[in-house]
Amino acid sequence: MIAEPDGPEDRLRRFATIWSRAVFPATSTSLTRPEFEELLLPLARRLSDALRARTFEAEEGKQVGAALVAAHCTDPDALSRTLECVDAYLVLYCGGDGSQEDLRIRSARLQHAMAAGFAQELRERTLAEQEAISVAALQAQGVVAQALHATEARFRAVFEGAAIGIGMADLEGNILQVNGALLRMFGISDQTMGGRNVREWTHPDDAPQTWTLYDELVRGEREHYHVEKAFYRPDGTVLWTNLTVSLLRDADGNPQYQLALMEDTTERRLLNLRLRYEATHDALTGLPNRTLFFERLEKALGAGENQRFGLCYLDLDGFKTINDSLGHAAGDRLLVEVADRLQSCATAPGEMVARLGGDEFVALTTGPDTEREVDELAGRIMNALITPVSIDGRDLTVRGSIGIVEGPAGERGPAEVLRSADITMYRAKSAGGNRFELADPEADARAITRHGLTTALPAALDRNEFFIEYQPLVHLGDGSVRGAEALVRWLHPQHGVLGPDRFIPLAEHTGLIVPLGRWVLDQSVRQAKQWQERHGGNDATGPLRINVNLSPCQLSHPGLVQDTVDILERAGVSPDALCLEVTESALIGADDDLLKPLRQLAEMGVDIALDDFGTGYSNLANLRRLPVSILKLDRSFTQGMQQFPADPVDLKIVEGIVSLAHSLNLAVTVEGVETGAQAEQLRILGCDTAQGWYYARPGPPERLHELALVDATG
Amino acid sequence: MERPAWAPRSIDISVPSVSRIYDYYLGGSHNFEVDREAARKAMEFLPGLPKIMQANRAFMRRAVRFAAAEGITQFLDIGSGIPTFGNVHEVAQEASPGAHVMYVDHDPVAVAHSQAVLAGNETADVVAADLRKPQEILASAEVQRLIDVNRPVALLLVAILHFVEDVDDPYGAVAQLRDALAPGSLLILTHASYEGIPLPPERAEGAVDVYKDIRNPLIMRSRDEIARFFEGYDMVEPGLVPMPDWRPDTAPEDEDPYSFSGFAGVGRTA
Repeated sequence: MIAEPDGPEDRLRRFATIWSRAVFPATSTSLTRPEFEELLLPLARRLSDALRARTFEAEEGKQVGAALVAAHCTDPDALSRTLECVDAYLVLYCGGDGSQEDLRIRSARLQHAMAAGFAQELRERTLAEQEAISVAALQAQGVVAQALHATEARFRAVFEGAAIGIGMADLEGNILQVNGALLRMFGISDQTMGGRNVREWTHPDDAPQTWTLYDELVRGEREHYHVEKAFYRPDGTVLWTNLTVSLLRDADGNPQYQLALMEDTTERRLLNLRLRYEATHDALTGLPNRTLFFERLEKALGAGENQRFGLCYLDLDGFKTINDSLGHAAGDRLLVEVADRLQSCATAPGEMVARLGGDEFVALTTGPDTEREVDELAGRIMNALITPVSIDGRDLTVRGSIGIVEGPAGERGPAEVLRSADITMYRAKSAGGNRFELADPEADARAITRHGLTTALPAALDRNEFFIEYQPLVHLGDGSVRGAEALVRWLHPQHGVLGPDRFIPLAEHTGLIVPLGRWVLDQSVRQAKQWQERHGGNDATGPLRINVNLSPCQLSHPGLVQDTVDILERAGVSPDALCLEVTESALIGADDDLLKPLRQLAEMGVDIALDDFGTGYSNLANLRRLPVSILKLDRSFTQGMQQFPADPVDLKIVEGIVSLAHSLNLAVTVEGVETGAQAEQLRILGCDTAQGWYYARPGPPERLHELALVDATG
Repeated sequence: MERPAWAPRSIDISVPSVSRIYDYYLGGSHNFEVDREAARKAMEFLPGLPKIMQANRAFMRRAVRFAAAEGITQFLDIGSGIPTFGNVHEVAQEASPGAHVMYVDHDPVAVAHSQAVLAGNETADVVAADLRKPQEILASAEVQRLIDVNRPVALLLVAILHFVEDVDDPYGAVAQLRDALAPGSLLILTHASYEGIPLPPERAEGAVDVYKDIRNPLIMRSRDEIARFFEGYDMVEPGLVPMPDWRPDTAPEDEDPYSFSGFAGVGRTA
């Protein structure tokens, strides 16, 4: 509609323009001013129409006032500007030609109605918006509350359903809430837990730092800690837990609660204790075993100043016999009984008894005064064994040998102490048993050296640590060298040259004597061959002969004859160049089986000499039965002839023996000849050959060669 | 029900909310006394605050219409606040019937009220999320339903970025949104600044302090700093300018001096 210039429509629009210009700055609308004017135009028209209507309706004013609010003119200023504008321009632009007074009255009434309508609409709108925002706030809270509720329900389910115990307490330690798992661990009801305080839960096994950590946590100096902790249950039993306590802070970071998570480790702990017990105790006797004993011993030996230890190492005498004759079950019952008795001997603090295995037991005492205590302890043990043990209606007498080691802590290690005790116990045993002996460092050292040599023997043979020295055998009639005795030596890497007395018994004991003896025989025979080749034989005296010692062990070895034959053949030495020396004691009581190999050797031409003759109480009547061709008189007989004049009794004895030997067609060799007078005396007495320092000490094979040459030229 | 990351542990309406303060500036009654108290305090320093807000609304209206004229039918309005009048969906759906409008706000009360206002509107929705977590916005079921990121989107960040502190990396958030939206998308942005305020900065600082006190600090940025939000965008004419100067419908000289506070601009991705 195109407004006719200054026609009613044009005037109405001009009014709307003025109105919009007046009000626009007071509105919050996002419309532009022209757009806003378009919004006001219909309102202006309604006012204009109402102004000039046949019947005046103030209601129109109310609706226009309300419409202003709807157009976001909610600022009171917008109303006052509107009313000012209407008051000044409505009649002027829209009044037409009616009565000015009537128009003014109507305009005033329209303004009143607009104010009322604006106020009412603004009130409605304000209330509605307030309502809307409150609803929105409630709804939002509802969403959050619902979410929180769901979260809380979920956490509650976790809390209640958790297998680990969970508890909350305030910083004073008052328990606020615990879950079912925790109640079950403690075996109590929720009611009894209420009102309890964390600090009541002390236990004697609490680690020293347990409550320090707690104090740090509740003071806010520590966020959490983890300990192993025991609790008393109401029934007095103990609950062991892995306990983690955390500090909970509020939104501002201030400490607020403590949260405890605990895992019941009681059974695991019991199992561990049980496993530990089983690992450290002997199943048969229930005594502590070697493992536990070593732990204790180590502790005792590591104790501080002025602390000492005493150790009794007990081995039953003849237990093997009981086991063999009565069976293992009986043996076991005996061990159990002995264990019980030993246990009752060591009841004081610092004392313990353990079974090391078999019939070996140890008793340990510790403290400052073990020098006295260990003797008493050994005495109590010996006493405890006096009463016979009744097994299957038999009274078995139990005896034991005890090795005692006593000393200050901090000097020796457990292995050394136990070895000393073991050595000492063997000393008690070899002294006849049923006694106790005190450890002696020298005896220990000897035993240790012996032990060392024994274990080093096999390797020594492999490493060629043995060598042989030869001591000449001289014919007393013409002083010529007829042969030599092979004497084995050990060039030990640490101990130097060792004589046969140091290691032959050990080799006998371990059986190494057989290979060692074979080696000596082989070496000696080869040496004899060399002598024969270089020196040739003396037609009068035959070839140089070699004497080799045979140990009892070799004597009973089944390979003796064959080995000897092989060695001789390999070397190309005839049997009559070899003399095997056997000690008289080895042949005492020898039966035919034992003599058979000697006989075979003798039949081949090997000479057999009876060594150390005169020391073994030999049955002289037996001499004729033995395949022996030479008697070697023990040096004890010749010792009496070193002085001058010679002991007449010795002279008579030697004369008798020589006479007896010759009558049995046996030659006689004497050992230990050290002086010319001795040699002369023995020659007069009719001895055939001699050896000793008077002629030569044992030495390398070349020496014998030289002697023989001297002899030949002399 | 999983508590969304945005959801506060509780809603405390005794704490002023920037969206309800905004509503008060605009003459609305969607607010509580705490909000009005804060608003009145800020207005003691900057009496023209309502005019600034009005200029924001007017710019937004022009920009949405511009976007609709450019053929854009999807609008993502982050920091939408309390819907009062002349909202994006009204403007957009008037200019482009059936346009999809997605409102995002992290104020649960504003979200609840928006839900009430949008009840029955199939093509407009609201989701509670935070501009500082753009991936959560993009991944939300509501955004997935209404916004197809493979077609151009008008992203509205009107009067919100000045509430995001640098520590929360507003530039990163804006860049992530830019990268997520199809080429041809628009960024419609306004931002508070000391530049353009017809008062000495000391006075304006008083208003800034009010926001600091209600734990919603107002970050005043310089024009250059604001321009950096448009990295990766080509500025639409006339560029980053005071709000009344952006494609005005009427002569800007008629506008209230306060409405020239801060900057507005629209950018388009290639």
